[in-house]
Amino acid sequence: MTEFPFGALAGMPLLSAGVPLDPFVVGVTVFVLAVFVGYYVVWNVTPALHSPLMSVTNAISSVIIVGALIAAGPAEMHISKIFGFIAVVLAAVNIFGGFVVTQRMLAMFKKKK
Amino acid sequence: MTDNLAALCYLAASVCFILALRGLSSPVTARRGNAFGITGMTLAIATTLASPGVLAFEFILAGLAIGGSIGTVLARKIKMTALPQLIAAFHSLVGLAAVFVAAAAFYTPEAYGIGSPGAIRAASLVEMGLGTAIGAVTFTGSIVAFGKLQGLVTSNPLVFPGQHAINATLGALLVAAIIYLCLNQSPGVFWFVVAISLVLGVLMIVPIGGADMPVVISMLNSYSGWAACGIGFTLTNNLLIVTGALVGSSGAILSYVMCKGMNRSFVSVILGGFGGETAGPGQAAGDRTVKTGGADDAAFIMRNAGSIIVIPGYGFAVAQAQHALREMCAILKAQGVKVRYAIHPVAGRMPGHMNVLLAEAKVAYDEVFELEDINREFAQTDVAFVIGANDVVNPAAKTDSASPIFGMPVLDAEDARTVLFCKRSLASGYAGVDNPLFYRDNTMMLFGDAKKMCENIVKALG
Repeated sequence: MTEFPFGALAGMPLLSAGVPLDPFVVGVTVFVLAVFVGYYVVWNVTPALHSPLMSVTNAISSVIIVGALIAAGPAEMHISKIFGFIAVVLAAVNIFGGFVVTQRMLAMFKKKK
Repeated sequence: MTDNLAALCYLAASVCFILALRGLSSPVTARRGNAFGITGMTLAIATTLASPGVLAFEFILAGLAIGGSIGTVLARKIKMTALPQLIAAFHSLVGLAAVFVAAAAFYTPEAYGIGSPGAIRAASLVEMGLGTAIGAVTFTGSIVAFGKLQGLVTSNPLVFPGQHAINATLGALLVAAIIYLCLNQSPGVFWFVVAISLVLGVLMIVPIGGADMPVVISMLNSYSGWAACGIGFTLTNNLLIVTGALVGSSGAILSYVMCKGMNRSFVSVILGGFGGETAGPGQAAGDRTVKTGGADDAAFIMRNAGSIIVIPGYGFAVAQAQHALREMCAILKAQGVKVRYAIHPVAGRMPGHMNVLLAEAKVAYDEVFELEDINREFAQTDVAFVIGANDVVNPAAKTDSASPIFGMPVLDAEDARTVLFCKRSLASGYAGVDNPLFYRDNTMMLFGDAKKMCENIVKALG
């Protein structure tokens, strides 16, 4: 598998001379680079571990809990706080469930004695 | 915690997630990878809890406790054969969580610094609309996939006239609704977007048959990632964007691998209608005869073999035959027979499912080989033991250009000196195609339940 040219990225970001970037542009930059990283990393995953790959990606995609925590966090009551609470519960099921089931699967993969 | 410090912590969490996936390149490093994943998640949650906007913790702690205990119990209790259903159910939760986070951002945009109610930045609304739509599609789509995998609804493709036209119309309506949402910012339109997406999710998955489930579940995995990405853009949170992109590309790659394993194009899978109870191309099976045998014959052949390659399929998992099979192989190995396992990319109901089931039965992973690594070995092998698999050893995929599975990569089981084919009947497989391997001179059919057969062979060997 070809190596990702990480070195080439080092000099790239934020060379603009004092002009503030649109957050969307920053987001797209991060997004595109992350897709490339994902592409190369995932092709390196051995097919034997594709099920754990699925459960672990499922667990980490629940990082949207970050958005849920912010919604559930304010002191005063609001409809958003309820939405946040529901999302925290849903994401927590995934985070705990995803990591635990991955752990269970990986613990079973043993080498020949 | 300052914004800069928080951003750096999120960056560290992103790196942890990348390392979590990187660890899966080998079973040796995989457990460390999972630890990285847990570290990253803990860091992400702790950073968010330390942010200035989070002041009240009752809801958060209650949510974490409720969700965490449900998730942990589910993950500990689930049978490994039911893993695909569990994953589908988990995907649906990510999708629904994305919808609720988007709703929260829609009602209190100031908490996320993207405007005020009724005056949210247009770019954020587009991203929010997309995140919501993908999340809602993932939610209902995964529920349908769960129902099909769990057997709650038929796994046959459900097709009706005008299906694609309806989906296309709904898709266009969805785009229009998101545009309208940007213009008028009313809650009604927001929930309209959610509603259309929920319906679209159902309609997208119902026409897809059971045989294509590995693709569907990978695809939904991918969607759950893109939903997280959409929310990340809305909240301008790089951690969510990075993680969503990682998960999204991971699911897309798995979908591609699964499609290639079946020689199907992604588009034809999405359009659906493949597999199920449709009759295969009607070759008259009347005058062809099969050789049948029992456990004693199989035991005799295997005991006198020098090498065996086991080809397990989903039927073997359904019969819960893992442990009986391993016991059988242990006896054979003790008698000096070389035993290996060959796994087809689409064996089982999700990518890598069969590897997990074998690992659960304590089969060492270095005895388990992928199709391209073992296919040339069949010619030098005495016995190919096909158990609960069918389409993945169908030689018609190589020779019969009229076959629906023509071009699909298959395991060359027929090259082995003897093929022992353990199966309940001569019925066709998931793809609804007859298998010429049944009728070959070097094939012996072992009719019966996979688990019973293995147990009987164990008795005959002992």
